[in-house]
Amino acid sequence: MKQKLSQIKDLAMESLNKAEELKDIDELKVRFLGKKGELTKILKGMSSLSAEQRPEIGKLANEVRSAIEDKLAEAKNNLMQKEQQIKLKAESIDVTMPGRINCIGHKHPMTIVIDNIKDIFIGMGYEIAQGPEVETAYYNFEALNIPENHPARDEQDTFYIKSAADLLLRTQTSPVQVRVMQQGKLPIKIIAPGRVYRADEVDATHSPIFHQLEGLVIDKGITMGDLKGALAVFAKELFGENTKVRFRPHHFPFTEPSAEMDASCFACGGKGCRVCKDSGWIEVLGCGMVHPKVLEMAGIDSEIYSGFAFGMGLERVTMQKYSITDLRLLFENDIKFLNQF
Amino acid sequence: MNLPMSWLAEYVDLNCTVKEFTDKITLSGSKVESVENKGDCISKVVVGKVLEIEKHPDADKLVVVQLDVGQAEPIQIVTGADNLFVGAYVPVALDGAHLAGNVKIKKGKLRGVVSNGMMCSIEELGFTRNDYPEAPENGIYIFDKQYPTGSDVKEILQIDDPVVEFEITSNRPDCFSIIGLAREAAATFAKPLKYPQITLKETAEGNIEDMISVEIQNPKLCPRYIARVVKNVKIGPSPLWLRHRLTASGVRPINNIVDITNYVMLELGQPMHAFDIDTISGRKIIVRNAVQGEKITTLDGNLRQLDPSMLVIADTDKAVALAGVMGGENSMVSPDAQAILFESANFNGPNVRITAKKVGLRTDASAKYEKGLDPNLALEAVNRAVQLVEELGCGEVVKSMVDCYPQKREKWQINYSSDKINSLLGTNISSQEMIDLLGRLEIEADGEKAIIPTFRPDLETQADLAEEIARLYGYDNIETTLSSGTPTVGKKTKRQIIEDKIINTMTAFGLCEAMNFSFESPKVFDKLNIRKDSNLRNTVTISNPLGEDFSIMRTTTLNGMLSSLSTNYNRRNAQAGLFEIGKIYIPKQLPLTELPDEKSVLTIGMYGKVDFYDIKGMIQELCAVLEIDSKLDFEPKTDVEFMHPGRCAEVLINGEYAGVIGEIHPSVSNNYAIGTRVYAAVINIDSLADNADFEKTYKPLPKFPAVSRDIAMLVKDEINVKEIESIIKQMGGKLVESIKLFDVYKGKQIQQNYKSVAYNITFRADHTLTDEEVNLPMKKIVKTLEEKLSVQLRDK
Repeated sequence: MKQKLSQIKDLAMESLNKAEELKDIDELKVRFLGKKGELTKILKGMSSLSAEQRPEIGKLANEVRSAIEDKLAEAKNNLMQKEQQIKLKAESIDVTMPGRINCIGHKHPMTIVIDNIKDIFIGMGYEIAQGPEVETAYYNFEALNIPENHPARDEQDTFYIKSAADLLLRTQTSPVQVRVMQQGKLPIKIIAPGRVYRADEVDATHSPIFHQLEGLVIDKGITMGDLKGALAVFAKELFGENTKVRFRPHHFPFTEPSAEMDASCFACGGKGCRVCKDSGWIEVLGCGMVHPKVLEMAGIDSEIYSGFAFGMGLERVTMQKYSITDLRLLFENDIKFLNQF
Repeated sequence: MNLPMSWLAEYVDLNCTVKEFTDKITLSGSKVESVENKGDCISKVVVGKVLEIEKHPDADKLVVVQLDVGQAEPIQIVTGADNLFVGAYVPVALDGAHLAGNVKIKKGKLRGVVSNGMMCSIEELGFTRNDYPEAPENGIYIFDKQYPTGSDVKEILQIDDPVVEFEITSNRPDCFSIIGLAREAAATFAKPLKYPQITLKETAEGNIEDMISVEIQNPKLCPRYIARVVKNVKIGPSPLWLRHRLTASGVRPINNIVDITNYVMLELGQPMHAFDIDTISGRKIIVRNAVQGEKITTLDGNLRQLDPSMLVIADTDKAVALAGVMGGENSMVSPDAQAILFESANFNGPNVRITAKKVGLRTDASAKYEKGLDPNLALEAVNRAVQLVEELGCGEVVKSMVDCYPQKREKWQINYSSDKINSLLGTNISSQEMIDLLGRLEIEADGEKAIIPTFRPDLETQADLAEEIARLYGYDNIETTLSSGTPTVGKKTKRQIIEDKIINTMTAFGLCEAMNFSFESPKVFDKLNIRKDSNLRNTVTISNPLGEDFSIMRTTTLNGMLSSLSTNYNRRNAQAGLFEIGKIYIPKQLPLTELPDEKSVLTIGMYGKVDFYDIKGMIQELCAVLEIDSKLDFEPKTDVEFMHPGRCAEVLINGEYAGVIGEIHPSVSNNYAIGTRVYAAVINIDSLADNADFEKTYKPLPKFPAVSRDIAMLVKDEINVKEIESIIKQMGGKLVESIKLFDVYKGKQIQQNYKSVAYNITFRADHTLTDEEVNLPMKKIVKTLEEKLSVQLRDK
């Protein structure tokens, strides 16, 4: 019996080594270990053995069974791995083919710049105000210390509204200042981006519709030093940490003293280049201390309160930031353009 | 305003480079636009004297000239010019010289004869015969005097003179003059200013009162009128120095009398006019309003129609000039004029501006007047003019003048406080320093009050003084601070956050943001098929548009969107998806009596691999983002003029109109030259924003499993799935968790005019549902569908 057992073991091992498919293994399992299998057959003959032989043969038979079972598992595992490898190989794809993209769209470059500026000022404690684009002459001019027949009314080439003598398309975002001041809530710390209109023919640098951003701060004890401070921070945030600013005296009817702020050219850092026309400076915005007349007209006591205001054109900033050379591109909406931002 | 540096030097001694000057004066408030120097491109051109002229041995048209150019030996130059003579003094470009137009001169051979340079015409030096009328039309410029040979021509012809161009702001009419800029320069550099000294000989005989009288009928529009008379006039060209100054300032020299008026206008900022006194009838100047229908031919030869708002200078029978704008042809100074009348007057700025605009003639004079001039300037100006007449020897000046000046402008006073100025500026400037700074601008201050010179009408308040002090103190010297006032919180309003969310959602869909004009042509309504009686045609209209194409404020955003899509289509972009958040302008009534409503609108437009359900899905998802999807509904619409009648729906939020979506009507897309199907949505942002709600509460996750049932049915084509869904919802009751349409099929196995529709219905409750519990609502659903919509259930 011993010899038979060892023969079965050898035969099982040999057969399993030769097995090539999973079904061969299943068959071998039945053949050797099944109810009518060879090992069972032998074990059935155990009853004919002597009492001394029985434990010995029993032990051996169990060893053979477990050896065959281990071998079965091993062979099965090997074959499964092999089959998986074949399958995986068959499934290989060309990973250099392009990916499937769910394209996201793009904000307009003007929106990106305006968002950027909004974030800077919100960080400094400003709120965002808005006002109408079709305005009254009062808000666009009178209340900003631009009386009738003031040359500034001509310079700005205002669009007027038919059969409504005192209505016009605002030429600046400054009327929003007046509207906010009139609400009477102090202190005021706002910016107001929006569309403005001036009768310029469309060309590479002009458009009858463009965007401005206005800022207004009114509180007790606001100084021109504060104006410089706030705008210097803004310029650094917008154009980069190394940006320097300078303030030049200028004239606006609604501020006094008034200034224009230049920022050191972001393209050349102030050495002088094509972008800054060799001056090293780029004109960024107009600003000044709110004119006492403007405060008084809006019902704010200029003896107690003071403030500063600033305004800037946004198309130019956008064009400079992205090196866009023709303003018309901003209004054409060609997706080949818009997709770049 | 152009400022030749040589002219400036006459009034103030700055002793600095041009760069130092422009940098510093920019920072004190006079903005430099550019610096130009015609002399920069010219070098190594010297005075030469012609010693000898010989024929060229091998060329008929050339001569060989020996010149003394101040060197040890004469030099030889070959030239084709024929106006040379022995003893002529000429400009000579030596070997290595640079001339105008980037021309370089090198020695060489002309037909075998050595030529060591070139003799120059005035054009080769960068000028024209307008600048130097004595120059020959073709040929070498010949000096009128014997200058030392070898000396630099640039100095003699005064071409080495940088000219600085300033941008002058409208509040500083005084700076539209050389003297005004000199005053700024003197103040900026803290140097003394030398005003021109005016002394007159007044040699002509006669009494001015017998020669001319002046009557101002409208002193509001003409605060002052001064007349002076010059006799024995000799009209001719002005001397070089004067012509040069005019040219450098951008004014063309004409003759001595005209040049003098222009010179005074440049120097002092006061426009002047010269009349031939013999043309003045009655020898009387009357400053009056024009009468209705009155006409005048101005000096430029154009006949001008006048109206009574305009001011004219007239004599006893006719208008002789349009006040402050241009003289009349009938009184012009002819070359043989005997005596002339110099006008130096002050006119109301706005009136001159309006007149100039009405007649369409903006002149140097009107540009100066319109900013508002100091009437006190007129006296100095007229005296300066007659002084020049005497200096130039072009006439004899009659003693005294007629000066009509009913209300003299006096200096005024501004009270101020040094402390208040310091607290406005954030500075600590001493009272004495303020007095000194103001003093540089000829403002007499004493620490409490400031006396303002009459040429500075822009100074009215303490804030104005603060600016004067600050700009001379230096804006850059004001310490930069961050305001220490009331702390504020920067934030966006809910509405602004919603707009941001809309933009972010749209870009997530792959759409690009567009930006279109807010005014357009009234023709767009026809282009969009809009009905003739549509309210959209009631527009806010611009009275002075840039053209019809930009004449109405848009009442719909579709034209902009379709135009943009058309641009993309015509540029062969196979697919385009755009969105815009923009305003429409809706009049509350016409004609307008108050501001129109400005409403924000979200517009989506696309073509390419898209259909109706793509754009509908965007609106659904957007509403989900804004938490209003449960309030959203779509209603089929067949009568939206610009939409495909079978592919259009009204968007409802909370049952109210919020916008429209659909396929653009093929005839409309055709109007925009888009050869493919276009889908668009127009949604009122107010409708979204008013309903949006970002308050969220967590709902516990379901604890019990859902039961899912599929149902497929045949329905008539014309039945919208919305009707099926509402029956499922209604009959299914509260156990229904979701209804999903998973298949719509039309084809071979389906009879004509029918479609197969399949739904997956999910039921869920607060316990595990039994089959019976689900069967009951399913039966009700099927029964109602069969009864109401005559659907035929398909085998499961």
